[in-house]
Amino acid sequence: MPDFTDRNAPSTVLINARVIDPESGRDEPGGVLVEEGVIADLGPHLRRNAPPHTEVYDCQGHVLCPGLIDMQVFTGEPGYEHRETLKTASHAAAAGGVTTMIVMPDTKPVIDQVALVDFIQRRARDNAVVHVRTMAAMTKGLEGKEMTEIGLLQRAGAIAFSNGKQSIGNTRTMQQVLLYAKDFDALIVHHTEDPDLSQNASMNAGELASRLGLPGVHKVAEVITLERDLRLVERTGARYHAATISCAESIAAVQSAKARGLSVTCGVSINHLILNENDIGPYRTFFKVRPPLRAPEDREALVEALIEGAIDVIVSSHDPQDVDLKRQPFSEAADGAIGLETLLPVALRLHHNGGVDLITLLRAMTCQPAKLLGLEQGRLAKGAPADLIVFDLGQPWVVDRDLLRSRSKNSPFDESTIQGRVLRTLVDGRTVHQYPSVEHSQSRS
Amino acid sequence: MTEKTSAPAPGFSDRHLLTCEGLSVEAITSLLNLADRAAEGNRRVNKKRDVLAGRTLINLFFETSTRTQSSFELAAKRLGADVMNMNVATSSVQKGETLLDTAMTLNAMRPDIIVVRHYAAGAVKLLSEKVDCCVVNAGDGQHQHPTQALLDLLTIRRAKGRIEGLVVAICGDIRHSRVARSNIDVLNTMEANVRIVAPSTLMPSAPERLGVKAFTNMWDGVAGADIVMMLRLQRERMQGSFVPSTREFYHFYGLDHEKLSRAKPDALVMHPGPMNRGVEIASTIADHTRSVIQEQVEMGVAVRMAVLEAVAHQLPKS
Repeated sequence: MPDFTDRNAPSTVLINARVIDPESGRDEPGGVLVEEGVIADLGPHLRRNAPPHTEVYDCQGHVLCPGLIDMQVFTGEPGYEHRETLKTASHAAAAGGVTTMIVMPDTKPVIDQVALVDFIQRRARDNAVVHVRTMAAMTKGLEGKEMTEIGLLQRAGAIAFSNGKQSIGNTRTMQQVLLYAKDFDALIVHHTEDPDLSQNASMNAGELASRLGLPGVHKVAEVITLERDLRLVERTGARYHAATISCAESIAAVQSAKARGLSVTCGVSINHLILNENDIGPYRTFFKVRPPLRAPEDREALVEALIEGAIDVIVSSHDPQDVDLKRQPFSEAADGAIGLETLLPVALRLHHNGGVDLITLLRAMTCQPAKLLGLEQGRLAKGAPADLIVFDLGQPWVVDRDLLRSRSKNSPFDESTIQGRVLRTLVDGRTVHQYPSVEHSQSRS
Repeated sequence: MTEKTSAPAPGFSDRHLLTCEGLSVEAITSLLNLADRAAEGNRRVNKKRDVLAGRTLINLFFETSTRTQSSFELAAKRLGADVMNMNVATSSVQKGETLLDTAMTLNAMRPDIIVVRHYAAGAVKLLSEKVDCCVVNAGDGQHQHPTQALLDLLTIRRAKGRIEGLVVAICGDIRHSRVARSNIDVLNTMEANVRIVAPSTLMPSAPERLGVKAFTNMWDGVAGADIVMMLRLQRERMQGSFVPSTREFYHFYGLDHEKLSRAKPDALVMHPGPMNRGVEIASTIADHTRSVIQEQVEMGVAVRMAVLEAVAHQLPKS
């Protein structure tokens, strides 16, 4: 893992903030003192009083919380650098308040070997402004047939194992992977969508798909694979995370597995919490994602589950696609939407309009993914890494895709008005993003 | 040299040796005692005895084997028997004959002992029910390989002077191993502490019900062991369906000096052969003084002589 800690960095104190730590439930006026890249002190006593010899940043009453951890980020490096590199993704992340991004193995070549895990880590260390960890493929070439060197990949730094955008259709392969992964206590993150049922599908099956004349996939394709996996988890005892679920039935399946004492968690993408299939409207390909956007009532069920604590993690599922792949007939267009930079403000819609408590929302993007992945980030505590963000909860702005930092511009929120702006992002105590921007804060290298 | 009749093995009164399950302490001990004597005889210049003189032994191998087949052949010849090797790969089985028809045909030739290896678990027992002679199991599928377990026991007993109380770690592809199953049976009967060490993909189901302690971490599994018994990993299991690669298997489950250093300083290293050097065992360990792999081969002939003698003792004398 790259080490950003700079022992010579000056002490910084962030005062006059609304300090929120989702892990402990702390939400009070105060401040945070940063020394040598870690949180040296925090609390109400730092609200007004800056210790001597420190650089002072006045948060002006805005929210100060741990930097976000985004568990599902696709980049194009290696292989599709024209879409996104680790560097460009990391700048988008910093601007969006994401201080740790977990990149997916769906690259060219696929991250299924020790040398490639090493490659990602070295490229990230040299080029990225936020923490980058990689998942490794759980099957060779993401083909769903032969398992990868899970033990050696984990030693090399792979934080979890995924089959990327592909579901493993072969039940035996899935069983063997789970059995084997358990010996290493490795986390298996699976995209659950039956490959046969979802073949050629480009949206959710239902009235709209019928009207648009598009091949659809019913949500049962997701539930079948998920329930199969959960039975295998029960048999093998492996640690399992359903990457992005999209309907009430999946939530029920995960809840039932949790009640049986299995080590199972689930994630949902921000797109599925905010959007539904009707947003596709007249074949708008920026709304073509995987799993597909579902019916409005599915979205409502996901929000309800988030409020009840049944959803562990929210991800951006940032997936840059270039114009050529999106300006296609809907059924031929690539899946995916960018989201790193808009993750937080878009999620805040659920707080402003959706009745989701701010701490609940932040928990799913900070301490919960951290716990799942074994990261020391994602919380405010003495000694924890100083990955911090300050954001203005109420500031409205209109998304302009040309101003987004991602190399690809396929945002479904283009031209949307959103509320909430990240004012400052710190990674290991160093400022990697400031709004409004100041030239020296753009890059640390 | 002058013995005319086979010696009995007290406690062993079966006409066949099909499995290690159910062998008594007395039977195992007397077979090992017989084998001990055979081992001494095998070190003399004149190794030939005639306790099986006039008897016919058929080696019926449905699976290719070099070691076991030649070991049985040598054992039988040293006891004075006539030996016929049936190469089943080119026999009537290839022409569609069933196992039982083959058994009946061979039975009509009036052999005294048939040594059988078959790729299907239970096949040797099935065959034994249809013939009048003795049947010795030389390996049936993933079920049993009794003479291998007995020769392992003999090797251990000769090196350590006892079996009871020893910590024996059997490591590798337990799931598919008949050697492991037979060894677990006899070691448990002789009151050794048996551990099995394998990734979960190569673990049998419900290992605790087999009377062993299961470890998926080899460093823990061999800690304090008196005996580290490695098993062969079949090549077809290394391609990703059970184990990701030979490299990863060697790293986490291959016996190298670092893992061996967790065992007792005088721990013995065993392997039933043939070895995959650099997959389940480091080359330098295979050739190390603590390795008794060559002794195992030597004891193999002695144990098979003892077994042939003991089953032949159950045959009518005239």
